[in-house]
Amino acid sequence: MVQFILRRLIQAAFIMFLLSVLFFALVNLVPGGPLAGYGGGRHMPPEQAAILRRQLGLDNPLPLQYVVWMFGNDWMNVKTNATTSGTGNGIRLGILRGDFGFSYHTRQPVLTVIGERIPNTLYLMGVTLLVALVIAIPAGILSAVRQYSFFDISVTTFSFAGQAIPDFWLGLILIIVFYAWLKNPITGDSLLPAGGILTIGVPFSVLDALQHLILPVATGALGWIAWYSRFLRSSMLDVIHQDYLRTARAKGLSQQAVIFKHALRNALIPLVTLFALDLPYIFSGAVFIETIFAWPGMGRLYYQAAQQRDYPVLLAVLIIGASMIILSNLLADVFYAFLDPRIRYS
Amino acid sequence: MTTGTNHSDSIKGKFFGGKGTLQEESLPSTKVLRRFLKHPGALVGSIVLGGLILAVLLGSLSPYSPVNSNIVERLQPPSLRHLMGTDALGRDLLTRILFGGRISLTVGLLVVAITLAIGVTVGAVSGYAGGWIDNVLMRITDASLTLPSLLVLILLSTILREVEMPFFEKNNVLTISIVIGLLSWMTFARLVRAAFLTLREMDYVTAARSLGASHSRVVLVHILPNAIGPIIVESTLQLGYAIIEESGLSFLGFGIQQPIPSWGNLLSNAQENFVHYPWLAIFPGLMIFLAIISVNYIGDGLRDAFDPYKVLVKIGEV
Repeated sequence: MVQFILRRLIQAAFIMFLLSVLFFALVNLVPGGPLAGYGGGRHMPPEQAAILRRQLGLDNPLPLQYVVWMFGNDWMNVKTNATTSGTGNGIRLGILRGDFGFSYHTRQPVLTVIGERIPNTLYLMGVTLLVALVIAIPAGILSAVRQYSFFDISVTTFSFAGQAIPDFWLGLILIIVFYAWLKNPITGDSLLPAGGILTIGVPFSVLDALQHLILPVATGALGWIAWYSRFLRSSMLDVIHQDYLRTARAKGLSQQAVIFKHALRNALIPLVTLFALDLPYIFSGAVFIETIFAWPGMGRLYYQAAQQRDYPVLLAVLIIGASMIILSNLLADVFYAFLDPRIRYS
Repeated sequence: MTTGTNHSDSIKGKFFGGKGTLQEESLPSTKVLRRFLKHPGALVGSIVLGGLILAVLLGSLSPYSPVNSNIVERLQPPSLRHLMGTDALGRDLLTRILFGGRISLTVGLLVVAITLAIGVTVGAVSGYAGGWIDNVLMRITDASLTLPSLLVLILLSTILREVEMPFFEKNNVLTISIVIGLLSWMTFARLVRAAFLTLREMDYVTAARSLGASHSRVVLVHILPNAIGPIIVESTLQLGYAIIEESGLSFLGFGIQQPIPSWGNLLSNAQENFVHYPWLAIFPGLMIFLAIISVNYIGDGLRDAFDPYKVLVKIGEV
């Protein structure tokens, strides 16, 4: 087991290395160089651009730039001043030590920019997935237990439709209905806010926070409810047809004990892997939902950074996102072995 | 996704043992078609998708231009003159949706072609060759699967917007299709590899080899045709996936660029004033929804038609 984890860790590190080279190369191969979007794309006098390139180390050969980006340059001798010829140790720490450079747009350290946004995304996506699972798991179980009942057919039909509705469209429709059409009968305002985390300029209240959550969570959760209820239904059906379940029934166990103690436990195991594999889609969901609902999270940050061609931020989000996905895949594999003793890694 | 195989595994024994009708597995295409037509969802899906394609092809018959603006008629609600209303530049929305559908469906089909080409090649080589080739190709596939695909798509199209090359200018249909295709061939590769792993051990393959058939002949003539069922099913699902990727990318403004309409950038365009002019958001999204749901139902019907075990489970015979 330890050996398995070690091997997977080495594999993961290797994949991360390849991805980092790929992303770095892509960003630096942009026509006009990575500085094309600097300062909102305003025209920069060539002399100033040259100084900036030297300051940021963009005049070095690409492999050296990669090393500096990855490992920093505080341990090597570099030109410390862009105009004079003074030399000394650099100040960059490299992404391995958490230094992702400065945002071209806000001039803040990238990690600070991201740090401000991560909690908002975790909050939104956490609530979304929680709501989705709380609805999808019972729906999936009931659907499988009462296969071909009216309930089952409704759930299956709904999950087909739910998976086909693009979340960016659903978000707009929900805004039309709950912001533009439906009004609060007492105040006459819109029933629900169309964006943001909290109302600006109003003291914090839980009700306000909840009101801001409803639409983005509903938009994000629908697809996940559809997907997980469908998955759990077929996972349960698989288990229900197994011999050990017939044995459990033959022992005289109640239907509840059979379903919850014997079937559900095993049906939930594949969900662990599925969850890890779904992480990339959680990221893309965050981009759409945060953009539509002006939610200040990582997804919207990435969207804005792409529009402003803020390459240090783009690179940082990509690297952090990819590492999270790879790590969660690894965790899911390990976790899977604990949950299902039939699985042995050799 | 993964449960499908487990399911059929668990009943395979009973099926073969109980009935011994092995020929069910090698059904002639007419039987597949007959089963497909018995699937109500798939039938309705085919009709809706067929209708959409027909409407999109007949888009040129519209009396309005999809591109030229007509400020006098801006932001008209749906009426008999403009069945889906007009946009902020006074262009007929229905016409733009029909022309946008050409773009969206073309991107979808191109992506399917690209992913098929890459995925089937990778999967076939991997499954047939085995050994270190298989290992390397599958690690690449795994690594590609861990990419946060939308984020990479956005990065690639941000970069490609700057590139000026013949055929690839300004994020056109071809560029977007290639970019999406490069990020979505992995399911095909895994599927085809799995099929090849089982099929290459079959006696008839050994027989073909010992009769002197070359590797390429064995792969193309003997193995690939037997893996066609899952490939077709996955192609339909891939079509829906590609349509949703293109519209998402265009919705964010990184896909097909104005004034060329696509279902996604029509929605993106609507974002400025959809609160007061809701038809701008409702209709383009409805088209995406209809296309995806019919494609998914068709895929479901095809899966049942190609997989007799599942049908038997549905009927309740197993």
